[in-house]
Amino acid sequence: MRALVWHGTEDIRCDTVPDPKIEDDRDAIIKVTACAICGSDLHLYDHFMPGMEKGDVMGHEFMGEVVETGKGVNGALKKGERIVVPFTIICGECDQCKRGYFSVCERSNRNKNIADKAFGHTTAGLFGYTHLTGGYQGGQAEYVRVPFADKTHIKVPENLSDEQVLFLGDIFPTGWQAAVQADIQPTDTVAIWGAGPVGQMTLRSALLLGAKQVVCIDSVPERLEMARAGGAITIDNSEESVVERLNELTGGKGPEKCIDAVGMEAHSPRALEHAYDRVKQAVMLESDRASVLREMIYVCRPAGILSIPGVYGGLIDKVPMGALMNKGLTIRTGQTHVNRWTDDLVKRIDDGQIDPSFVITHRAKLDQGPEMYKTFRDKKDNCIKVVLRP
Amino acid sequence: MSDARSQRRRSGAPDRSELPSYFVSDPRRRPDPATRELARGLGWFSIGLGLTEVACGDAIARWLGMPRSAPVIRAYGVRELLQGIGILGASDPTPWISARVAGDALDIATVLPGLEGHNPRKDNVAIALVALAGVTAADVICARSLSEAPLAPSERVRRDYRRRSGFRRRAEAMRGAARGFKPPPDIIGPEAMRPWTLTNA
Repeated sequence: MRALVWHGTEDIRCDTVPDPKIEDDRDAIIKVTACAICGSDLHLYDHFMPGMEKGDVMGHEFMGEVVETGKGVNGALKKGERIVVPFTIICGECDQCKRGYFSVCERSNRNKNIADKAFGHTTAGLFGYTHLTGGYQGGQAEYVRVPFADKTHIKVPENLSDEQVLFLGDIFPTGWQAAVQADIQPTDTVAIWGAGPVGQMTLRSALLLGAKQVVCIDSVPERLEMARAGGAITIDNSEESVVERLNELTGGKGPEKCIDAVGMEAHSPRALEHAYDRVKQAVMLESDRASVLREMIYVCRPAGILSIPGVYGGLIDKVPMGALMNKGLTIRTGQTHVNRWTDDLVKRIDDGQIDPSFVITHRAKLDQGPEMYKTFRDKKDNCIKVVLRP
Repeated sequence: MSDARSQRRRSGAPDRSELPSYFVSDPRRRPDPATRELARGLGWFSIGLGLTEVACGDAIARWLGMPRSAPVIRAYGVRELLQGIGILGASDPTPWISARVAGDALDIATVLPGLEGHNPRKDNVAIALVALAGVTAADVICARSLSEAPLAPSERVRRDYRRRSGFRRRAEAMRGAARGFKPPPDIIGPEAMRPWTLTNA
């Protein structure tokens, strides 16, 4: 089969690789009908996340048709059924899954020993996202093996198109969880850093959940334009001071809720700070750039909440712990507990409350994937979200 | 091979896509503000260093224990001045920053022999090399960031996202449409830690 394969930094190729096979009774094989390039795939493309190996198949946002099931799937899935696959692989049986904390499933990461060493305790296995999270082959391919398939799936109504439901596997529930865990109240100003796909989903979720003001911060004009279309006030951080503008919008008090939809590859608009982070990253004295976190901690209203859906991989530096502690801020973060939200979100799409396909700006065939990675990473051609068809 | 590319091949001109990215500049590149400021900072640094090298070439050479290098250091000072003016004056500083990277290599190659033989100022040479390594790192990062900056929007590629709300109705009408959603208590934290205005409502 054809698949997008990681070969090294900025080197993804469309290769022919062996077809996946059932390896465990609870596996299913999916014929992929649509997949997307996620912003977090770019951390692998740029090789900021450790743990990738040559030959790994990329992709954790995908959907398709069930073509084969293991004996242990026990009728939970049938051949021909159309499903979206959540990016977090879940067993559905461990203590964490039973509590609804699917992204920290205790059994699905087959490289648990590595994750235990890196993070203290393992998190869930993920598709196409390093050997730290199991080394599972990803979904930017013609076929994919889904482990624990009796639980790791989202069934979707036939009347909804692939593009309407594809993002249920990652960015839509990620944006939703980011907004929900911020405990948004009707009096709140919610500031969201990053107007990429997750930021777009987050700001719409915050609006639906009833925030008084939703403010989105970025420097890319087309992304800010899409954020405004979704009802956000926008701040172009290349043109104006984020802190000054947020204080102006909140009567000098700061936003009650701050959401980091950027993560480890943040670009500070302050040259010295950015140069400091780039140099430290280059000489491996830090792995992630924390400029968004620093700004959020500084500008957030005391007793506010910081929600962090943006992906971080390792160590950060110069976090203003004094401000965080003395202002009594709460941090809520984590990979998304996708299946916890999807029943509700499917209904919202089906009811017409939101159509997540608004974010798609580029459609291409799978074999155009390598160039689409570059287009997306470099924000060329006003690219915000790419959907690939095998 | 595209027509344009084959035409370039025939004319002997290098294909831009085959050149190292540092040396390729595109007037439509839109570097982020931090990279722009870093480039500007390096421009002023170039001018400062250039003036120092021109004015104090002899003293620097003595400090390095390499007195015969004084004319070379003064010449490098002129080079630094030209690069600084180029960086600060050009609409696209990418080639000038790339020139700085090449200049750094030249500086290192000039200073490195000072570590050999009986130079009594080897410690100063080592300090100079560490400083050069740091400046080189900043130059390389800046050159990379400039050459990889996204393209500025133009009429040709400009897409209109003003209607991309994702909502059936206008965005303002959707504010609070999901207000009935009850966030799971374990996700929003302990009730006792929520604002009293909410818990006592």
